[in-house]
Amino acid sequence: METLMAYVVGILFASAIYMMLRRSIVKLVIGLIILSNAANLLIFAAAGMTRGAPPLIPEGATAPLGPIADPLPQALILTAIVIAFGVLAFAVVLIHRAYEVVGNDDLDQMKDTDT
Amino acid sequence: MSPEVVLPILIPLLAGALTLAFWRSQRYQRWITLFASFALLAAGLWLLDSTRQHGYVVMQMGNWPAPFGITVIADLLSAIMIVLTGIIGLAIAVYSMVATPDRHERFGYYPLMHLLLAGVSGSFLSGDIFNLFVWFEVMLLASFALLTLGGERSQMEGAIKYVTLNLFSSAIFLSAIGLLYGMVGTLNMADIGYKLSQVEHTGMVNVVALMFMISFGIKAAAFPLFFWLPASYHTPLIAVSALFAGLLTKVGVYALYRVFTLMFTGDVSYTHDILLWAAALTMLTGVLGAAAQFEFRRILSFHIISQIGYMLLGLALYTPLAIIGGVFYIMHHIIVKTNLFLVSGVVYRLLGSYDLKKLGGVYKHRPGLALLFLVPALSLAGLPPLSGFFAKFIVIRAGIETEAWVVTAVALLVGLLTLYSMIKIWAEVFWKPVPEGTDTSALTGKRKDSQMWIMLLPVVGLTLCTLFIGLNGQPIYELASDAADQLLNPAGYIEAVLGVSP
Repeated sequence: METLMAYVVGILFASAIYMMLRRSIVKLVIGLIILSNAANLLIFAAAGMTRGAPPLIPEGATAPLGPIADPLPQALILTAIVIAFGVLAFAVVLIHRAYEVVGNDDLDQMKDTDT
Repeated sequence: MSPEVVLPILIPLLAGALTLAFWRSQRYQRWITLFASFALLAAGLWLLDSTRQHGYVVMQMGNWPAPFGITVIADLLSAIMIVLTGIIGLAIAVYSMVATPDRHERFGYYPLMHLLLAGVSGSFLSGDIFNLFVWFEVMLLASFALLTLGGERSQMEGAIKYVTLNLFSSAIFLSAIGLLYGMVGTLNMADIGYKLSQVEHTGMVNVVALMFMISFGIKAAAFPLFFWLPASYHTPLIAVSALFAGLLTKVGVYALYRVFTLMFTGDVSYTHDILLWAAALTMLTGVLGAAAQFEFRRILSFHIISQIGYMLLGLALYTPLAIIGGVFYIMHHIIVKTNLFLVSGVVYRLLGSYDLKKLGGVYKHRPGLALLFLVPALSLAGLPPLSGFFAKFIVIRAGIETEAWVVTAVALLVGLLTLYSMIKIWAEVFWKPVPEGTDTSALTGKRKDSQMWIMLLPVVGLTLCTLFIGLNGQPIYELASDAADQLLNPAGYIEAVLGVSP
């Protein structure tokens, strides 16, 4: 399972960077979205995937019996998803506004501030 | 209980909430901002005093013992950074009262500024690597909004580059955290440092170290990852530019200092060697970029990059003296760089342009302002007896002692080229006569500007800080030396957090 996830994460990163290198700002944002999802999946895969062992402590016991899935990476991913959602919402508004102001969605036309 | 360690986070957050509550009244927002900035500075000084006495000030959130809960910790470096944040926050708060137009203030300028300060303070005080990521994002989101406040074309174009590269950096940071967690199973920075010191450094650790380096390198604007900075820093309001110039890149530098003295110290010859070359090239490309520019704020933006190189150099050489130099350099740089941006804003108010070709004659009509530019400019270039001289002197001396000749030569050359850039600004803006067709009514005093003194107040204050650091180098050096001592002995940090000595 981890091996499969590793490949999936790799493909996601590759496609995210490919999208970001395109000239359209819409594709740029799609690239950013894929990138944040790839990072989230990477945490999930890197922290180890345990199937069918929820981190629950049975009544009366003080420690879980046997191996359990690590809940922390899931908490991390949840936080990261929320943050990414906020940031990407901003990015979408930004490209919309940039499109309105510049009148073009081609990144090559947005070189005024470069040197 | 040591409340001083969380106050620098709570004060801006609270002030941000209060300014939001007074959304309709800019007057109240200004006074809340001013008051909160004073409070932040006071909390910073309290924290500095406390860290000087106890070494480390630690607080475990919700009383969960480390490494299970989130740790908030201040060592001397954090405390110094918080004090600097307070100084810059206060300067910008005073400056914005006049410099920020009403229509910007109405769109939440002050709440965003407080959120940014909270993010910056949180990054300096976090003892948990994932929490550091969260504070980075808080800071980033506030900076995105501040950068685009006003919605001009250049701001949108600059913001797209700024947002993209910073989000990319965040994704790398997050991936590195995930991989690190997979290896050591903890997020507490002290615990990570302890566990990594117990194991042989393998290739995987180095890979993660480099991922952190790239991520923080983008935030710090190090070579070759700095392209977002000159594309965006000259576009927003001048007060925002000054705030960013002083604080944001330095958060990246601080994170590099923290991570590469506490966590990834097992293979110094590999990681710090890469940093060394990055530092040399950062200095060189930054200063050469500045030499090609003819716009006030663009020149200053490129100089941020070249100065970041000196700070990285201090870390990369990794000797006690070099780290002292790096810490000293950060203290000097934040104050001087913000000051230069503020001066450029004053000149803009007088002559209505940032283009060097359209400026001139300031020395003739406003010799005092010219002096206020000259002190930080020469300090940036490193002329004695100003603060920049001592900062450069310590770093370069550390370079000579470790016999890193190439990097030392680059550092000296960059100092010279910095002087060239500063003299170019001096000659164009202050020395040459006013060009034809420029409206000089504000410059010559025909049009009275009754609020100008409020803008000059922070400039004078920061100039005095520069002079204070320069003329009073010994106590500042000792402070930097104590901070460097703590950085080079991570055992103290680990013990303060975990309560065990490794």
